[in-house]
Amino acid sequence: MITAVVFLPLIAAIIAGIMAFMRHGADEHRSHSIDRLSQWVTCGALLLSAAGSISIFFDVALGGNSYTYELMTWIDSGTFEVSWALKVDSLTAVMLIVVTGVSSMVHIYSIGYMHHDRHVPRFMAYLSLFTFFMLMLITADNLIQMFFGWEGVGLASYLLIGFWYHKPTANAAAIKAFVVNRVGDFGFALGIFCVFVIFQSVDLDTIFAAAPGHANDTLEVFSVEFDALTIACLLLFVGAMGKSAQLGLHTWLPDAMEGPTPVSALIHAATMVTAGVFMVARLSPVFEFSDVALAVVTIVGASTCIFAATIACTQNDIKRVIAYSTCSQLGYMFFACGVSAYSAGIFHLTTHAFFKALLFLGAGAVIHAMSDEQDMRKMGGIWKLIPVTYALMWIGNLALAGIPPFAGFYSKDIVLEAAYAANTGVGTYAFYMGLLAAFLTAFYSWRLLFMTFHGAPRADEKTMAHVHESPMVMIGPLLVLATGAVLAGWVMYDNFVGGSVVQFWGNAILVLENHPALENARYVPTWVKLSPLVVGGVGIVLAYIMYIAKPDLPARMAETFRPIYLMSFNKWYVDELYDKIFVRPAFYLGRQLWKVGDGTLIDGVGPDGIARAVRMLARRVSALQSGYVYHYAFGMMIGVVTLITWYLFTSAG
Amino acid sequence: MLSWPLLSLLIAIPMFGAFIILVMIRGDEEIVARNSRWVALWTSAAVFVLSLFLWTNFDGSTADFQFVERYQWMTGLDIAYHVGVDGISVLFVILTTLLTPLCIMASWNAIKDRVKEYMIAFLILETMMIGMFSALDLVIFYVFFEAVLIPMFLIIGVWGGPRRVYAAYKLFLYTLLGSVLMLVAVIAMYHEAGTTDIPTLLSYSFPAGMQPWLWLAFFASFAVKVPMWPVHTWLPDAHVEAPTAGSVILAGVLLKFGGYGFLRFSLPMFPLASADFAPLIFALSMIAVVYTSLVALAQEDMKKLIAYSSVAHMGFVTVGTFTMNVQGIEGAIYQMLSHGVVSAALFLIVGVVYDRIHSREIDVYGGLVERMPIYAITFMLFMLASVGMPGTGGFVGEILVLLGIFQVNTWVAAFTALGVILGAAYMLYLYRRVIFGQLTKENLMQITDLSPREIAIFAPLVVITIWMGVYPSSFLDFMHVSVQNLVVQVEAAQAAANILAGVAQ
Repeated sequence: MITAVVFLPLIAAIIAGIMAFMRHGADEHRSHSIDRLSQWVTCGALLLSAAGSISIFFDVALGGNSYTYELMTWIDSGTFEVSWALKVDSLTAVMLIVVTGVSSMVHIYSIGYMHHDRHVPRFMAYLSLFTFFMLMLITADNLIQMFFGWEGVGLASYLLIGFWYHKPTANAAAIKAFVVNRVGDFGFALGIFCVFVIFQSVDLDTIFAAAPGHANDTLEVFSVEFDALTIACLLLFVGAMGKSAQLGLHTWLPDAMEGPTPVSALIHAATMVTAGVFMVARLSPVFEFSDVALAVVTIVGASTCIFAATIACTQNDIKRVIAYSTCSQLGYMFFACGVSAYSAGIFHLTTHAFFKALLFLGAGAVIHAMSDEQDMRKMGGIWKLIPVTYALMWIGNLALAGIPPFAGFYSKDIVLEAAYAANTGVGTYAFYMGLLAAFLTAFYSWRLLFMTFHGAPRADEKTMAHVHESPMVMIGPLLVLATGAVLAGWVMYDNFVGGSVVQFWGNAILVLENHPALENARYVPTWVKLSPLVVGGVGIVLAYIMYIAKPDLPARMAETFRPIYLMSFNKWYVDELYDKIFVRPAFYLGRQLWKVGDGTLIDGVGPDGIARAVRMLARRVSALQSGYVYHYAFGMMIGVVTLITWYLFTSAG
Repeated sequence: MLSWPLLSLLIAIPMFGAFIILVMIRGDEEIVARNSRWVALWTSAAVFVLSLFLWTNFDGSTADFQFVERYQWMTGLDIAYHVGVDGISVLFVILTTLLTPLCIMASWNAIKDRVKEYMIAFLILETMMIGMFSALDLVIFYVFFEAVLIPMFLIIGVWGGPRRVYAAYKLFLYTLLGSVLMLVAVIAMYHEAGTTDIPTLLSYSFPAGMQPWLWLAFFASFAVKVPMWPVHTWLPDAHVEAPTAGSVILAGVLLKFGGYGFLRFSLPMFPLASADFAPLIFALSMIAVVYTSLVALAQEDMKKLIAYSSVAHMGFVTVGTFTMNVQGIEGAIYQMLSHGVVSAALFLIVGVVYDRIHSREIDVYGGLVERMPIYAITFMLFMLASVGMPGTGGFVGEILVLLGIFQVNTWVAAFTALGVILGAAYMLYLYRRVIFGQLTKENLMQITDLSPREIAIFAPLVVITIWMGVYPSSFLDFMHVSVQNLVVQVEAAQAAANILAGVAQ
């Protein structure tokens, strides 16, 4: 079963990939049928895979039958042994539902969204390929296989961001995503090496069993003596930061919006970017033994959550707003893990997958309706024209802002409560940052809603005349996701974070007794429970005042608080900074090393220098050949004198 | 074990093919060219098929040399024609026999002048390479090791680009210095041990005082071949000027001579000096990886870019070799094998568009995916293998080397791993400029996708690249015992020296 779930998308990707080549140069009728066929194959495979995931969920997560399915050896060198194996436990089962569920919906949605594209089979192949890598990532039973999935989803992301390869911005964004992720993977790889040095294994079960015994080990890395598990966890977390776009390594995510919108929904909101959170939860049996690492996770998560939210408030591209929102929500998930409320983090991951995919696909429907316009300043006044999309966007926003009874309310509240209940310095920091971010979340969500749908139409007449509701093949998946966004919270609450939490997660997540944040979350004061809702309400009201009641207010405020506005609008200048300190110097240095290092120094002194010296010597020597007999005679004389002198001196001595 | 002399046949058949071409093919220029191509192709294909007996009959459970043949040559001097392979060398022989027929196919239409002489040079080159990897006598080894340069020198110097003479002489100058020093070392070793038999020398303990000098002499030769920073500048020039097939052999096989030499001689014969000089190797390799990766980023010529990336990748090999642990050494060998396949493929990739447009300038291209989708996906695969994407051969070698070095020195590991980030940057940047973007350039509008001949060349390389990534055990199983044996031997020698040092105090 699990092999079918994982490998069906790969097979579908290969078939669709072959179709992409058959389509090249085919006539219109034939290419249309090839497109159709590729859609059937990939969507069919994904739906089967999703059905399999549901049955696995019942068997493994609810039935408690976790297992590992060994496929074959992968790398084997000395004591370093790695297999291809599929590990299925509650955590995997939950992720399987999220990945195959959202992915199959996005596949179907793409049939409508990519309708006019010339490269349908290629697109479907990439989507399925991504799904395969993601499934390999979440079923990994060792760190190297996780790394395989990890880099694989990065590759799929690169391919899909750059899907419209004729656009220079898309190509640049694709490379940026890959390279920034490589920086994270650099940390991930070093983390794996640390783990191997500590445990002599990269196999998850072996590591988990041995982790308590290594809690007080030390390890020398970079000439500094570290607590062994701490340095391993921190390096691994660098990988998580890259993939989940956390502060410092977040710059690729907003640019990734260059890809087609279904991609943004699937990869850059619901699944791939949550891989970092998954990794931390998966490795909870190791992270639990390092309070330092957990504190770092909390701080990074909390800081990202507020940082990204401040940027989202001023962006004008509808997809970028949602992208920064994703970044911010990932921060919530991380600080939940940081305070040892892993299951709350995964809970938020799951609900977020539904409502954020809904928001992105809804935004896609809007963009589709507005003839590919993404700038919210050129939208407005269209809510009556596309009421279904409008309603669905409301549901997504209500869930995102954490308004009951929508899914986000349950998960965001438990995350914040756990942070408060952790009763640590970093936990409290995370709570207040999260609360502030919740206010901003509500604000930018309704700002998006109002700017997009309300007010006077700001698009030209041609576009407005063309505004239409999306076809059923796009609305259908939205309805499924909307159902999830409405129901997922209270349906899963009990299992994920409520009374059945221990039974549900089984061995998949380890929480030590001295980390009782989640348990204590139930007993937090009432004001803690209520405050997220209150700040959310205030955020909505503020958005209403600024964008409906007094539409000239935003411009005036931007004028008054110009430095703050610019800081937010320009994304805190992180991109500019990186460009100055990494990108340009690298190219400059490369050029200098090439021209000066290789050219002037090495070649100049080495081969070219020797050649020059030889040439010069040869010229001197040939100058001696003057052709005059007395020159030669003189030379011979000197030679004879020298020889005699030398002979006399040596024999005398 | 086979009862017939497999290795000698592998060495002799290409030479024989060359002889046939030389004396038998006469007549009209057109006919000469065609017949020479076919004879060369059939000869090298036969050698490849024959070499598969090495694959099937090799016994991975022993570290001894296999398929051994020994005929006394200079009896009084104890110098013999002695060949054989172990787990370290066997796959290099097969790599050579695989790449040669592909090279001949790749030269099919690209080489138009003096086809007969070209094919002769290539077949002789194959003889030399197989001989080098299977030689078990120092003198035989030295002869093959140096003689390889002659056909290579000719291939670059005769069939190369506009600056071919400069490139050929640069190659010659660099290798000359190393060769002379190595020859002196060979004589010194003979003087000391009284034999040039490699298996005997492997178990001979050279005096601790002598080892550094011998090590340095060999190092001079191997470092140029690898090439290590700062003696690498011959490589970009040689690649740029060489015809496509020349680059393929150069990157695919010749660069491995140095790495192989370290494993065959420096490590087991001079273990004490190897330990002492390991920091030097690490330093040079770290610089090589970061330096050449940065230089690759700034390149405007496709072949130069890949040449510099080769130097960076070979930096991984030298690091892995001198970790002197199992993962590091197996990683180094694996990296050499996968780089042999992947860099060969990348030079072939460049050759495809060079044959069509006659330019290696990156800026001349752009948007090729529109007209060449099969080419684009093939290029994509090898590009990914080059950046070490898991699931391709490039990943396994890199991860093993990094794992090996991390256990020795974390700083070196981190610096070397930087190459992985930079590698992604320069390869993706290259790919983007050549393949993606708008197809706007006039002369690219009619460019054609891969021909069936070209697909036939790439197909085996594609299969092997993925195979090496998904199921590396097929290859690693050959080397486990030999590498284990090497590590044990080196450690024992070092331990013995430490005890002696302890006694002396």
